[in-house]
Amino acid sequence: MQPFDYVRATSVADAVRAFGAAGPDTRLLAGGTTLYDLMKLGVETPAHVIDVNGLRELETIDTSQPDELVFGALARMSDVAADPVIAGEYPALAESLWRAASQQLRNMASVGGNLLQRTRCAYFRGGEPFACNKRAPGSGCAAQEGIDRGHALFGGSEACIAVYPGDWAVALAAFEAQVDVEGPHGPRSLAIEALHVEPGRTPDVETTLAPGEIIVRIRVPKTPLGRASTYHKIRDRESYAFALVSVAAALRMEGDMVAEARLALGGVATRPWRVRAAEAVLRGQPFTPALARRAGEAALSGARPGRMNAFKVELGIRAVADALSIARQRG
Amino acid sequence: MSSSATLRTGGHPPTPGRVAVELVVNGVPLAASLDPRRSLLDLLREQLGLTGAKKGCDHGQCGACTVHVDGRRVASCLTPAVQAHGRQVLTIEGLSPAGSPLHPMQQAFIDHDALQCGYCTPGQIMAAVACVAEGHATSPEQIREYMSGNLCRCGAYVGIVAAIEDAAMKMAATTMATAGRSAEMPEARHAAV
Repeated sequence: MQPFDYVRATSVADAVRAFGAAGPDTRLLAGGTTLYDLMKLGVETPAHVIDVNGLRELETIDTSQPDELVFGALARMSDVAADPVIAGEYPALAESLWRAASQQLRNMASVGGNLLQRTRCAYFRGGEPFACNKRAPGSGCAAQEGIDRGHALFGGSEACIAVYPGDWAVALAAFEAQVDVEGPHGPRSLAIEALHVEPGRTPDVETTLAPGEIIVRIRVPKTPLGRASTYHKIRDRESYAFALVSVAAALRMEGDMVAEARLALGGVATRPWRVRAAEAVLRGQPFTPALARRAGEAALSGARPGRMNAFKVELGIRAVADALSIARQRG
Repeated sequence: MSSSATLRTGGHPPTPGRVAVELVVNGVPLAASLDPRRSLLDLLREQLGLTGAKKGCDHGQCGACTVHVDGRRVASCLTPAVQAHGRQVLTIEGLSPAGSPLHPMQQAFIDHDALQCGYCTPGQIMAAVACVAEGHATSPEQIREYMSGNLCRCGAYVGIVAAIEDAAMKMAATTMATAGRSAEMPEARHAAV
């Protein structure tokens, strides 16, 4: 591992000041489960690391506000998943957390850092001799002609087809969360859907965060869609694996009629992938298995599979239909 | 390990590029100045001679390195040692004090043949103790879900689940028996040894 200098931030202001003054070879250390891992692989090579784990004021989990759930960026995945309000009233949020990683990693990983988890594409993680535009801009994309079984159906480009690996951000997209950041030019808020970007020609740019900006908080509007929701995650093994396909589904029913629906996909796109066209298929219709299947077909329409991942299209359709059935049973 | 002298770097002022760290390992306070690249796992194994926690994958994927930090199970291979500053670390070596009976989880692993080669076992046991303490050992299904971060390449999973079910009952009985005498959690008792 490349040597780096290490400092502990003592306040949010201190962290913002240090991060804002630092160069592009600086990284924030929260749970470390992605960053330290990638540093061991030589994929991340920061010269400076700012440890923010001492910022206890960012560990808050506040479900008592009238209009929103508030999560400090350093709240740990396991703690948010176990919160009784989240587990009971927003099962999709809780499931997106406890169906990710292992309990050891969830005890470490922060919900803010999780948003910035980097792709599991083997060519990105594998380093030389594999070409990867995300790791080494301009070097090419080994996945295009390589083993693309796990790669994106949506949002890819000639430069990159790596999947966004997270689950939490997918669930947050379905619930239209806001992300609060602080930076050298002060605080601002952005919609979770405005945080991640498609790779385009610059796959090394993954978010809209400006240099020096720090995620401090995630806010989720309280909604009756919470209870009739699920995060349905299909994996190669039953637990402790990244998604082949995942679906965040939430419904607001009026009798047998779908009054409102939210759907977002994980494991199949280069960023969290909200599917509004599929939501529109459901809205105002009586809920039936056939309708759920049609919503799945709408969600997966326009998929651009590669050589080995076409199976994810039918898998995705069925996962959406199953997720909607699970959500419906909770509504 | 009996004192901070066990740490070769203990007691000296930090040298350039090193970071001052104070932590408590199995009840023993330690001070060191560390290369920030060093993992907690390497600190435990290479500097403190606590070789119970194992290096399997070194990337947080196998669970063999599981220890408790402030009573919570973590992957020590993905924990920079400097992050353990100010924390209480419990390893398999500190789970049952010398001269006392084995922890119920250790005994249950023996009783149920919950291992073959034994390499993953310290991590399995530390994860399992936490799994019970978290309340995530109420059914075989839940045990399988919440123990999925610990791989066993010998495939002793059936015995592992049986051992955890068994130990969970005994740990609950112990907790109830001690509840009248002390408000301390079992975790705190072990860490204070």
